[in-house]
Amino acid sequence: MTATLQVDNLETQFPTRDGIVRAVDGVSFSVEAGEILGLVGESGSGKSITGFSILGLIDPPGRIAAGSVRFKGEELTTASPDRLRSLRGARIAMIFQDPMMTLNPVLRVDTQMIETVQAHEKVSEAAARARCIETLQSVGIAAPEDRLKSYPHQFSGGMRQRIAIATALLHKPDLIIADEPTTALDVTIQGQILYEMRKLCRDTGTALIWITHDLSVVAGLADRIMVMYAGKIVETGAIATVIERPQHPYTRGLIGSVPGAMPRGKRLFQIPGMAPAPLNLPPGCRFKARCGRADAVCDTMPELTELNPGHKARCHHPFDAMPLSPAEVAS
Amino acid sequence: MSQTATTPAAVAPLAKTEAPWKRIVADFAESKLAILGLVLLVLMIGASLVAPLISPQNPYDLAILDIMDARQPPGEVSGEGFTFLLGSDGQGRDMLSAMLYGLRISLMVGVVSVVAALGIGAVAGLLAAYSGGKIDALIMRVVDIQLSFPAILIALILLAVLGNGVDKVIFALVAVQWAYFARAAHGAALVERNKEYIEAARCLGLGRTRMLLKHLLPNCLPPLIVIATINIARAITLEATLSFLGLGVPVTEPSLGMLIANGFDYLLSGVYWISLFPGLVLTIVIIAINLVGDQLRDVLNPRLKR
Amino acid sequence: MAVMSVLVFVGIYMIGDPLAILVSPEATELDREAIARSLGLDRPMWEQYLTFVLSALKGEFGKSFVFGQPAINLILERMPATLELALIATFFSVVIGVPLGLYAGLRHETVTARAIMAGSVLGFSLPNFWVGLMLIMVFAVQLGWLPASGRGPTMEVLGIHVSFLSLAGWKYLALPALTLGLSKCALIIRLARATAREVMLMDYVKFARAKGLNERRVIGVHILKNIMVPITTVTGLELGSLIAFAVITETIFSWPGMGKLLIDSIVHLDRPVVVAYLIVVVFLLVIISLIVDILYSVLDPRVRLGEAK
Repeated sequence: MTATLQVDNLETQFPTRDGIVRAVDGVSFSVEAGEILGLVGESGSGKSITGFSILGLIDPPGRIAAGSVRFKGEELTTASPDRLRSLRGARIAMIFQDPMMTLNPVLRVDTQMIETVQAHEKVSEAAARARCIETLQSVGIAAPEDRLKSYPHQFSGGMRQRIAIATALLHKPDLIIADEPTTALDVTIQGQILYEMRKLCRDTGTALIWITHDLSVVAGLADRIMVMYAGKIVETGAIATVIERPQHPYTRGLIGSVPGAMPRGKRLFQIPGMAPAPLNLPPGCRFKARCGRADAVCDTMPELTELNPGHKARCHHPFDAMPLSPAEVAS
Repeated sequence: MSQTATTPAAVAPLAKTEAPWKRIVADFAESKLAILGLVLLVLMIGASLVAPLISPQNPYDLAILDIMDARQPPGEVSGEGFTFLLGSDGQGRDMLSAMLYGLRISLMVGVVSVVAALGIGAVAGLLAAYSGGKIDALIMRVVDIQLSFPAILIALILLAVLGNGVDKVIFALVAVQWAYFARAAHGAALVERNKEYIEAARCLGLGRTRMLLKHLLPNCLPPLIVIATINIARAITLEATLSFLGLGVPVTEPSLGMLIANGFDYLLSGVYWISLFPGLVLTIVIIAINLVGDQLRDVLNPRLKR
Repeated sequence: MAVMSVLVFVGIYMIGDPLAILVSPEATELDREAIARSLGLDRPMWEQYLTFVLSALKGEFGKSFVFGQPAINLILERMPATLELALIATFFSVVIGVPLGLYAGLRHETVTARAIMAGSVLGFSLPNFWVGLMLIMVFAVQLGWLPASGRGPTMEVLGIHVSFLSLAGWKYLALPALTLGLSKCALIIRLARATAREVMLMDYVKFARAKGLNERRVIGVHILKNIMVPITTVTGLELGSLIAFAVITETIFSWPGMGKLLIDSIVHLDRPVVVAYLIVVVFLLVIISLIVDILYSVLDPRVRLGEAK
């Protein structure tokens, strides 16, 4: 069986005045039908660009320089713009971070939803409207007939994100790429939406890539997790394994900086330093400047190696191979 | 409100720190169009400054004008063997000479009126922003009313009241333009006022005048410089327009706009050069200033920094 | 409005002595006084102002010294010609300026985009009146295609004379409208380009693409509708300055509008007409800003809600 999405060695680059920014630098992964993949990284790690690369929505002068993206076996990096367009919104949908910004402020909600239906199927406006009402109901919006006639600013942030999600669901896509869709929302609404998205995927067999910087969000949602740092995958594996036994020091740092992951009263861990400048990446391991375990070996780029079945990390000194030193345990 | 006091105070604190200026110059030089504009502008200003030395004829010397030489096409030789390179106007005046002198008046009117308007507007705007309360409301209300009314009409009516004359045109232009500077200075000062260094200066017990001139003004200067540059072009156009309507400079001291207006009378009989050439020069000056102004705006605008 | 009336009146009061022009030099002192009395010019200044305000409230601004008709009638008679010119110029500057600016914004790296921007700098910089003269020179004098002055034949619609309904009318309208609209068109190109570049980067445009909409709909609906908000505001506000600039265009092309009347009246020191013109223009400006407000709320739903509260 072919995976819903198979990404191999993807490289997305942005030429700037001062050189080429390698935003995504050789990323490979796959997502199966019904699977939820959490893509975790701090801002600038290339996680969002990975999402946009799949859809072919990289703003020029940015471009996919190498690699392949196969959707149900079909190569997307070489597909025609028209083919990509017919997949976008229909088979592969995307949900954005800021619900305040994703809906066009000067167009009514029905206009924005109906155009999505009619962009892919030749149906009457009445039929399209009926589909919108049905989908809005399924994401928990009451009285959708009336709500459709409103403008985006008449909704709260959570409601807007539900509309955006409903818009993404209109064509029952095979894959949804969600780019931090709950970051801008209240914690309670965040929880509801997470729960609903998970249920949707289970019910419909939709694959979901959930992009976030917040490890605690994906912990309860995803099946698998993939951690990105400075354009590269540093660790990937089943969610439970990675959270319980992180191998890469960066992943461990991320887990340590989540409130609640540590015993009460203990100081939250902070990863020292800052992510390297994208134009000025150090040779070798990109995390070494912030890593307490780095030594001379780390001047060469480590490979993404399988440590346990399904659990890979890009580190010369994974924790299983080199247990915590007493100093590290104390920190 | 003394302008003489504002200028040195404004320049001194900035001139001391050389690094920002170097960066601005470097950024400015990035656009070839802006350099072209600057070169053209310098050439024009240079030509107008030395107009008496390089123009073939003194257009104000009525004694040498011969009505027989009126409306000679470009290249024609007069009775006395004088060549009209760009033709002659309705009074038999050499166009090239008249244009050089006209350019002088146009540029002078533009620069003087903008500098005066900048001085008055900046002080009014800063005073309003710094004082707040009733003074603020009063000054800015006047500014708002004025800006809601088309500039050309205000200048037109003022000149209709005052009559012709270079000084009166400058007065009218200042009266029209000060409001732009007042609003820009007011806006910039409101932003600056809340910054810490102003608070610090106030804690040191500095006097109001010193505060305004030495601390607020220099920091509000970049946007004002940009507006000033572009307003010189506007002022020159406005002056030309008013003169064209017969409400600007007197006939005895023709600016470029006046020369164009003089040519209008003969245009329908195919005498094109009297209007064409001064208009070309006027256009080049305005384009040059706009090019420089556009680039200055990009360079001095921190929001556009990459 | 009240402040304006005082300013306008005092200003106009100081414009020379209308008697000097109206009365022939041979007239006796007695004649002069008789004329001055009939025009109300012998009263003290404050009294003249009072009569002015009282009559202005009734919509009367006195009789023109030159034409001997009520000044306001003279202005209103000529207003349609000016408004037609200004509206046609605005219409074309938007219809031409928005697509060009949009293109320059969306494809800002291309040669065409640069050419459009260079053209807009030119249109922006060219002195309005000189453009008019050059157009006359080329199209009226050299080529002889279009008339150089006047309004030509007009057609009557609802009691208003208009030019734009006949081909002959368009011939007369073309050059003045082009002259008047050129710099506005340049302004709109620049504004459309700047907002297009801003809107392009918005998430909702990216989301529209992610929904699988074709480019025509993304640009024609999602981007264009957002651009039209500032374009409408600026175009509306600039309509006032367009009416003011019509003074020059009308003078050049002898277009029988209220702008030309203003210049003639200033030259003839016809005070009531100048006052009436200014009052009418202030009134027009107020109406225009009202219409802009309404249009703005139609285009931007966020504003509508704010007003409902």
